Order: sequence, then structure tokens, then C-alpha cells
Amino acid sequence: MKFRIYRYDPEKDAKPYVQDYDVALDPHDRMLLDALIRVKAVDDTLSFRRSCREGVCGSDAMNINGKNGLACITNLNDVKEPVELRPLPGLPVIRDLIVDMSQFFKQYHSIKPYLVNDSPPPEKERLQSPEDREELDGLYECILCACCSTACPSFWWNPDKFVGPAGLLAAYRFIADTRDEAIGARLDDLEDPYRLFRCHTIMNCVDVCPKGLNPTKAISKIKEIMVRRAV
Amino acid sequence: MIPVRKFDAIVVGAGGAGMRASLQLAEAGLAVAVLSKVFPTRSHTVAAQGGIGASLGNMSEDNWLWHMYDTIKGSDWLGDQDAIEYMCKMAPQVVYELEHFGMPFDRNADGTIYQRPFGGHSANFGEKAVQRACAAADRTGHALVHTLYQRNVRANTQFFVEWMALDIVRDSDGDVLGVVAMEMETSEVVILQAKATMFATGGAGRIFAASTNAFINTGDGLGMAARAGIPLEDMEFWQFHPTGVAGAGVLITEGVRGEGGILLNCNGERFMERYAPNLKDLASRDVVSRSMDQEIKEGRGCGPHKDYVLLKLDHLGPEVIMKRLPSIREIALKFANVDCIKEPIPVVPTIHYQMGGIPTNVHGQVVAPKDGDYKAVVNGLYAVGECACVSVHGANRLGTNSLTDLIVFGRAAGMYIVEQNLQRVSHKPLPSDAADLSLARLSRLAGATSGESVPEVAGDLRKVMQAHCGVFRNQELLAEGVRKVKELEQRAMRTAIKDRSRTFNTARVEALELDNLIETAKATVVSAEARRESRGAQARSDYPNRDDVNWLKHTLWYRDGNRLDYKPVNLKPVSVEAFPPKTRTY
Repeated sequence: MKFRIYRYDPEKDAKPYVQDYDVALDPHDRMLLDALIRVKAVDDTLSFRRSCREGVCGSDAMNINGKNGLACITNLNDVKEPVELRPLPGLPVIRDLIVDMSQFFKQYHSIKPYLVNDSPPPEKERLQSPEDREELDGLYECILCACCSTACPSFWWNPDKFVGPAGLLAAYRFIADTRDEAIGARLDDLEDPYRLFRCHTIMNCVDVCPKGLNPTKAISKIKEIMVRRAV
Repeated sequence: MIPVRKFDAIVVGAGGAGMRASLQLAEAGLAVAVLSKVFPTRSHTVAAQGGIGASLGNMSEDNWLWHMYDTIKGSDWLGDQDAIEYMCKMAPQVVYELEHFGMPFDRNADGTIYQRPFGGHSANFGEKAVQRACAAADRTGHALVHTLYQRNVRANTQFFVEWMALDIVRDSDGDVLGVVAMEMETSEVVILQAKATMFATGGAGRIFAASTNAFINTGDGLGMAARAGIPLEDMEFWQFHPTGVAGAGVLITEGVRGEGGILLNCNGERFMERYAPNLKDLASRDVVSRSMDQEIKEGRGCGPHKDYVLLKLDHLGPEVIMKRLPSIREIALKFANVDCIKEPIPVVPTIHYQMGGIPTNVHGQVVAPKDGDYKAVVNGLYAVGECACVSVHGANRLGTNSLTDLIVFGRAAGMYIVEQNLQRVSHKPLPSDAADLSLARLSRLAGATSGESVPEVAGDLRKVMQAHCGVFRNQELLAEGVRKVKELEQRAMRTAIKDRSRTFNTARVEALELDNLIETAKATVVSAEARRESRGAQARSDYPNRDDVNWLKHTLWYRDGNRLDYKPVNLKPVSVEAFPPKTRTY
């Protein structure tokens, strides 16, 4: 199978280049990650992140034939040859397919991604109705792979000011949680021309999310709540 | 000179156990550093699916004593009853705490946490199945590890992300003073000095070819401990999960059978009724895996090669599957090409969990025999989670007890360290040779211009372990396995990598991980060869029975000369009556 892979090692390369590979696959190789491991067995200098190989850890996000996705759950039958692999767009490249995700995590941390509830907890669990719990479905499952934020033009232009789809999905996950007591402060924090309102509903995030989540919808819900609280 | 950074405590590994411990330490104001090879939420705890075991009794009456009995019986009486008592007693409280931290558990109509049935969970000492697995759909591990990471963000825990610990620093008194570690992005080697060093490095499931485990599960803590002269306990006991996707190895939670899924052979027969008439498909994992293996060996497997069985769940209906098992549907579609709403999933027993590990007491303190005292503490070193052997799982772990173990003992070890008032203790001086072992390993790699390929040696090791340490074992297979693993150890000392970069050199990381895989594999196969009985996950066709007279004892393997030692099982709980060994049927 043929690959065209983005290569860059800051120690020896003045600038990035594309390297062609043609590797023999085993009949059991099913996913793109399996093929990448074959490539690495031939050329151990190729660097990429990977761990769970089943789409839950979020390590092996990359740009596959122009679209962000996880290598471990991208079926080899679904990709056109030669497969063009590039690092996630918009973030600084450390080496090859490995990007520096600091900016992405900084935005995630900026929304206070933890439950705020200072009331003394009961002896047992806090009660929550199944309906209230259902509000978190489609929000809490995010794996922080960064496919969405690095597919978002608004995040490319303002990664320091715009929270980005992943961070905003997380923000809404806590706003929507009936156990959280900081909704007002969370909304105040996002009421800003950049942090929330740089989202122009381009919806690339929805298109690329490997978990089928919908950050755009979460963002519009935050906006709705803001409008409701203003009137 | 190698830079030294000083902390009160360091935690190596940021999965469920490591982050539960670090939370305790950071909230108490200790200077704590958490090292992880991957960003914390990418730790393998994220892949746990079915639930965390605790006798909340939200669905019907439950009792921690029944949980304790199930765990002891599941362990085939090799588990230490004082540790099991502590875990089962504490389980409800730690689950409530996780809920208070914000973990999104599924809920019952009355607002309480939803609990599902699981293998080997029973009411009233084995009488009937009970719903004890506290679940967040089939993503319990994901919900747990993200919640703990979030809570650690709140506590301002300091993470060293993409750092790999290489070796333990131990002084001439045998005290542990920290680790030598490498930042993967820059290859910088640093001594992280600490008054308490905690390993939460997870299991080493990657020593087998067919494994549910992530690539990062290379037994780094075990390798480091072994190289520092610390024994590894009960390493012959490896759990085969009954339901890994055939060919792919990806896990299908026992929660599928908890929700009502059943296993079928090629005749469409629900064969578990024959092997475990009472709990059937929800018998303990070792029992179900052996039964599946037996069906396949006797020609009743499914498919063109009759080499798997079928997990049927279409009868649960699309609503239950989409609500309780949504990720399972995704996995089956992606890795088995089947829509489990309509068709069964092909499954085989697949390596899943390491019951053994670094020996500890209930405070997470590492213990190793010294002057005849097998409970002697290794000062400064702690271990929690899958890399530790406390031992609550004995010869076979009960489903959901892995997460319970992480949280109960991560918390317990954290609390114990906080009680030591480490801020008031000064650092012991580092020995002059503190980093020598790690530097020697790195310089051997740096100097090797040609040699064995790392992925080839690792691949061969996995094949050998799969062939010689499978569901059923015997003397001939194991003796041959010991010989082959020793050969592989020689090959691993002659590896060479082409990548010379200092920037994110993943080839170097994999070469360093291979050293740890080798130590784990040796411990496993040497311990398994010596144990001449069948107990829990160690099933020997040449010694088919449990032998409590000679083998009701823990194995201790030492790297030095592959020496074995043994220590007694603690059959005495602290506050309740003991559960003496008896015949184990489901």
C-alpha cells in the first residue's frame, strides 16, 4: 500500500518534506494504524502517537487525505491511495505527525473543566434523574483528540483567544449538568467576542468528530442560554 | 551532571490509580509530580467499559460481605482476605466520592446510580446474581479517568506529560529516593527525587500477541522494580477476558452478558449452561474462557476455521443496546463488521489483565522479604493499581474489581503518604551512581549501529508467550517457553535503532519498553512453570486440580537468577470471619 507522509525532524530538516512509502500489508491489517506500524517497522524514524488502538484514547489523531481522523478506527478500505498523512493542521509540529497540543489543552483548561459544587455532599450519591443525566449524552464522551478544534478555521486564526469546539463542548457539558452550581460564572466567562462568539457555524468540527459528537449544537445551546438570561 | 528536581512525592502513571492518589496528595498541599508516557486521559483506564464494583444496593439488597465473598471465591482463595475486606468495605464510599467529583454515572428512575449484573457477582454468598457494577453506559473507564483528570486540574496537580520513567533510584540502605526519567519530546534525562515514589504504571498485557491492552501497557513499573531487586508476586496469573473480538483483540465488555447477552457454539447451543449451571454466562472469567477454549478444541467453534464462538445480543433490542452498550455497537461495526443489533459478534478469550505485580500492603507500601520478614516495607516506594499485587485478585479477578482496586488503593496510598507529613521530612542524599543503570541502557542503544530489530524481538516475544502461556498450560509447553524467553532476553540486549534524533524518538521509547516486556515475560513464564496446580487463571492440563496443601501460597519471582520464593496467603480478615477455601463452582 502506498503512503505519502509528512516528515519533519527539527534537528536535521530545514523544512518539512513528504516521503513516499510502499509497504506490504498483512491480510489481518484492518485499520490505518496497522499500516502505519508496518511503515514504522521498515523506517523506525517515523514518529506518531498511538495507544489504545480502538478509538477511545484519542492519541492518533492526524490529517488523513485532507480530513482529520483517528488512524486506529480509519478502515484501510475507506482510504484512497496513495494515503496522504499530515499532522493535525494549525498546531506547531514537534516532529513528523506529532503536534504540540499545549494551545489546545490550554483552551480546554480555560473553561474550568470540572464540576463546581460547593454544597456539602450527601452521605451517598447526589441524585440526578435519568432525564437530567441524558442531557450529558453527546457531551461527556469527548476524547480530547483535537480533530475538531484543528479543523476549525476560527481556531486556526485565534487559537489563543477562541476556546474552540472541544473546549466549548466541555463547557456545555458542565453547564448542562444539573449538579453544577457555577452556570452563571461559566456563562460570564464565555460572554466575549472571541471565546465563544468566534464560532461561525462552519461545522467542520461536526464533520470530523470520530466519536460522532456535535460541538456546534453545544455552542448554539450556550448561545441560547445566554440570550435567555439576557432578557 | 544530570539535573535533579525535588518533590515531596512523585506518581508514575496517570490512570485511575495514579490520578486518584495524586488528587489526595495535591489537595493536601504536597509538592507532587505525576509522570505519564501519554496525556493523562489517554491512560489505559480510559478503555474500561462495564463498571466499577460496589455494593451500593441500588437495584436490590446488597452487602459488602457478599462482595467480599465473591471476590475471594473469584480469586480461587489466593487473594489476601484483609485486603479484599478493606476494598469491598470501602468500595461504596469511593464510588460516592467519584459521583461527587462529577462522574456521569447512568441513573435509575429514583436518581440513584445505575448498576448492572456482572460475572461472579452474587447475593447471599453465591445464591443468585446481583446488580453491583456501577456503570456509565459502556464507557465507565472513560467517564472515570476524565473525571479524575478534571478534578486534578482543579487541584492544580503538576503533570509531566510524555515523560517516561526509566529506573528506580535506590540507595545502599535499600530506600527508594525517586526515579530517573526521560522527557520524550527532548530526550532530556532527569532525576526526579522524592520522599515518596508511587508506581501506578498499569499492566503489561502487551507481552501477549492477542491482547485487549493498549500499546502503552508494557509493564514499565514491573521492569523497573525487577531491575532494582524487588520481587514480583503471582505473575503466573493472567486473565483471559472471554470476549475479545476474534482477530482484532478489542474488548467487548462483560456488561453485554450482564445486560442479557449469551455465548453460543456452532450448534447454536448456549454452552455455558453445561459448565456453570447456576450463573451460566456470568460465571467468573477464568471459567468462561476455559469453557470457550474447550468448545473450540472439541470442534464446536464457529466460522470457516471453527476458531471462535458467538456473542449474541440482538435479543436485547435496539433500545437497550443503544442506551447501555453504544460503544460495543461501534466496536462490533468497526472491528468485526457486524451490526450487533442484528447479528452476533465473533469472540475469543483474549489476554486482558495481570493479577500479579509488585507486592504491597493495604497502604500501597511495597513489601519484600527481609531477614525472614515477608512483610518488610521498601522505604519510599509505593505501588497501586494493576502494576501492584496487594493482593485482592488472587488467581482470577472479578469483573469491575479492577476499577474498584484503582480507586480504593490509589486513595488509601495517597492518604497514607499524606499522614507521613513529608513536607517536614528532608530528602535523603542521592547515591553517586543514582542514574548509572538508566544511562548505561541509553548509551548501549546510542552505541548500537546494527543489531536486532525492536519490533521483531517484541513480536517474537508476544508469539512465544501466546503459544506457551495460554489458557491451558502444561510442563512441556512451559519449560520450552522459559527457554525461548531466555533466548529473547539475549536478543533484546542486542537491539539497535536507526533513529538518532533527540526529538520525540519513539523508536528509543519502544526499545526501552522492550526491556520491561522481557522482565514481565520472564516473571510470568518462570512462575507458571513452577506452580504445579490449577488455580484461577492458571489452568494446567497436567495438574488439573487446585492443591491447597502445597500451593495455597503467593509466588515471588526475583530477576536475579530467576529465583523463586513463596509467602503465605492471608486468610484472616481484620473485622469479620474468614472464608476458608472450598470447592469453586458457579
